[in-house]
Amino acid sequence: MDAMHAHPGVVSAHEVFPSEAEHHAHHHKQSFITKYIFSQDHKTISKQFLITGIIWAIIGGLFSVLFRLQLGFPGQAFPILETVFGKWAPGGEIKPEFYYALITMHGTILVFFVLTAGLSGTFSNFLIPLQVGARDMASPFLNMLSYWFFFLASIVMMSSLFIQTGPAAGGWTVYPPLSALHEASEGSKLGMDLWIVSIALFVVSILLGGLNYVSTILNLRTKGMSMTRMPLTIWAFFFTAIMGIVTFPVLLSGLILLFFDRNLGTSFYLSDIVINGQILPNEGGSAILFQHLFWFLGHPEVYIVIMPAMGIVSEILSVNSRKPIFGYMAMVGSLFAITILSTLVWAHHMFVTGMNPLLGSIFALLTLLIAVPSAIKVFNWLTTIWRGNIRFTPAMLFAIGFVSLFISGGLTGIFVGNATLDIQLHDTMFIIAHFHLVMGVAAFFGMFAGLYHWFPKMFGRYMNPTIGYIHFWVTLIGAYLIFWPMHYQGLAGMPRRYLDKSPWVSFNQFGELDKMISVVTIIVFVVQLMFVFNFFYSIFKGRKVTSENPWKANTLEWTTPINPGHGNWTGEIPEVHRWAYDYGKDGKDFIPQTEPVGVNEKIER
Amino acid sequence: MQTFFIVAILILGFLITFQIARASEYVSVLRGEEKSRKQSNRINAFLLLLFLILGLFGVYYCNEKLAGKILTVSASYQGEHIDTMLWITTAITGIVFFITHIALFWFCFKYQESDNRKAYYYPHNNKLEFIWTVVPAITLTILVGYGLYYWFKITGKAPKNAMVVEVTGSQFQWDFRYPGFDGILGKKYYRDINVAANNPLGQVWDDPANHDDIHTTGEMHLVVNKPVKLVIGSKDVIHDVGLVHFRMKMDAVPGTPTTMWFTPKYTTAEMKKITGNPDFVYELSCDQMCGKGHWSMRGVVVVETQEEFDQWLIQKKPQYYVAFPDKDPSNPAFKADSTKSGNAAIIPANSQVKTKQ
Repeated sequence: MDAMHAHPGVVSAHEVFPSEAEHHAHHHKQSFITKYIFSQDHKTISKQFLITGIIWAIIGGLFSVLFRLQLGFPGQAFPILETVFGKWAPGGEIKPEFYYALITMHGTILVFFVLTAGLSGTFSNFLIPLQVGARDMASPFLNMLSYWFFFLASIVMMSSLFIQTGPAAGGWTVYPPLSALHEASEGSKLGMDLWIVSIALFVVSILLGGLNYVSTILNLRTKGMSMTRMPLTIWAFFFTAIMGIVTFPVLLSGLILLFFDRNLGTSFYLSDIVINGQILPNEGGSAILFQHLFWFLGHPEVYIVIMPAMGIVSEILSVNSRKPIFGYMAMVGSLFAITILSTLVWAHHMFVTGMNPLLGSIFALLTLLIAVPSAIKVFNWLTTIWRGNIRFTPAMLFAIGFVSLFISGGLTGIFVGNATLDIQLHDTMFIIAHFHLVMGVAAFFGMFAGLYHWFPKMFGRYMNPTIGYIHFWVTLIGAYLIFWPMHYQGLAGMPRRYLDKSPWVSFNQFGELDKMISVVTIIVFVVQLMFVFNFFYSIFKGRKVTSENPWKANTLEWTTPINPGHGNWTGEIPEVHRWAYDYGKDGKDFIPQTEPVGVNEKIER
Repeated sequence: MQTFFIVAILILGFLITFQIARASEYVSVLRGEEKSRKQSNRINAFLLLLFLILGLFGVYYCNEKLAGKILTVSASYQGEHIDTMLWITTAITGIVFFITHIALFWFCFKYQESDNRKAYYYPHNNKLEFIWTVVPAITLTILVGYGLYYWFKITGKAPKNAMVVEVTGSQFQWDFRYPGFDGILGKKYYRDINVAANNPLGQVWDDPANHDDIHTTGEMHLVVNKPVKLVIGSKDVIHDVGLVHFRMKMDAVPGTPTTMWFTPKYTTAEMKKITGNPDFVYELSCDQMCGKGHWSMRGVVVVETQEEFDQWLIQKKPQYYVAFPDKDPSNPAFKADSTKSGNAAIIPANSQVKTKQ
């Protein structure tokens, strides 16, 4: 590449303006269907993942509001519930079957459909080609299929909400025999079969997407973009995809066996069971086997959820502190360490299943080991903002909130990962507090940060920052008000998934607290709706972006036109000469990756 | 009507907020975007600092309000190890929590955007990174060391003199079986479970060890200062024997018996005094989701002195005599014709099962 093309951004800035029709011009003619529905453009697919994810997030969030109503105000009737849900809430009170269906769906929807597909699907798709300098994914067609398998999974899961016996109700972990026996619960009837089919389709989606992400990152990087010059977002998506490819098939195999147990009379997970007075013929299976298979995915899954958020946050903290990310190689190394360790810690969810204590001790050791890379990341983030010149965009605030939540939730992981303490804390509200902070709300914060940050690139407009600030502050304060006191409920031994604590002497002392938590939940939920409104409103009516690089960032996506078409760059793909984090170097505010190295300049990498 | 008003108010609040937000966007364009951006930057930096201060106060306040509502002293000797571990972990993580949070929000406030400041180009420092790899590693090694030391103490073999109680979960109740005078729990086989024939646990009546086994429902009696080993099973789905006051927990898995042991330290009566709650009882909660009645799957544990326990046990009739009243020596019908009634139908069914359990 000659020197003329070293500044492709400068060239294209003159020819592209944010008009709607402009960016079609360079491309073949597209119908509505090929452009918006069966699109093979990674940016459109990303938006499809995002919008499907948002719809799921509203449903999953609404479910939590519903069961929080029951938990905060036990015994109180809400007539509107009967109006909407009929027999599931007779007299306006949530039936136990309904409560368990709600919490199961809340977990399933948020973990898989929102925080895996909605977060990783959106940002991996959007940022990988743009940040490594590729025109699209390695296989745009498989990429499109990845979304449509997710869509099918969504349709199947959605339909399970409307069947007579209700959706799956055995917890998002669907432990057999509860999930395997039709007689064990209403939710273990047709709803459970639909759950398995839906998740099977979902796994196909993840694999198609993941293989694409990995091959794109390995093969389609632009000239000069060595692996160690990639932004941390890309590293995070890379390891996330690998984790998904390695672990999701194990879940699928576990679910296939469960499907056989349910419908074909096999005994993989069933043994010695008498249910409703009926003696089952199954002998020799192991219910615990499923838990091993499930958590072999289930634990990496929480890293699949959090790692894209870590990548996004690293990028945003650096851009808005106007400073390089501190310890780039340590950040990459810790992502790598987490990827490896995540597949070696699964049985820490099973310390009290009667597993051999020696095995338990090994898993406790490996689990606490994973805290080391997490600690490195936190200290590096802190050092990144130290002596920066910080701009508090909504994205930056969410990134800071992420770090705070990740610290708070991560530290309690040291409690529950230690087998001895887990004996007491296992399956109590302490666990709920722990994982909501560290991978639930924190991953959401990563997602929000990413959305506010890359919205201008996605839609050529800004989201309203004032609503963004309100959104951030209410959500951060709300998250702590909801989940911080829950640790105390856990320390009182209160088990999770308890519909009503009034029959208990030991757990009924938190009535007022539960009320407060429920009220805050509703407020936070309403503010999320405000965010959703802001999102859709801004797509069409938001303030237009007028410069290619509104955040003054170094990465390649900001060298594309404001509304990039399919293919991303109008001219040649730019060449990369440096890493993505030359902020505040040699007296310059920022030096884009496309800027050639100066004569006497010493570059980091 | 009330619901309608709430929804109307929400929508109205929503619209107002939105209009203000939009107006602020226009105002910022009019006043100069750079200027209003800097202003909101200052406000948010200040709010972050405020959040830190109020948050730290909140942590203190929350603790004041709720610390009295969590578990009091451990009711078992093993649970004391867990309490010690909890204190060590809380202390170490607490220090980290405060340091990192104060640093995070203080940096945010201190290094907010200013025209006079230039960001400091600081890409890496191997020494620093080495320090915060090694220090957490050492700290965690200490925690794991303590943890595993206690873990093996708690999960090790039960002492020889431990009494044995079998706990069986089913949707949604707890059953208990005591081995009786021979100290041996008789064999059982799930296909022998027959509630109508007074055999809810599937005891194999051919096994003489079963003849003195005592079955109770909903209430478990234990002896203070005497180790107890629980043999835990389930009839249908996975349950979990959660004994919060003893800091103990173990899954009840169908087809795979599990065990746990501990030594109760205080009787129920003593615990009433300690907690100052005259209604105090030890509760057994199901901690593994098991269906629609999971939240109500409650058992009661009574810890008492050996004498009280013996008194209680002696009143109980072995399940064998409940199932076969004509074999009961205390029954006036004893020695009557034992070939009558339904017994003949049950025994042949059992005799096919010799090798199981």
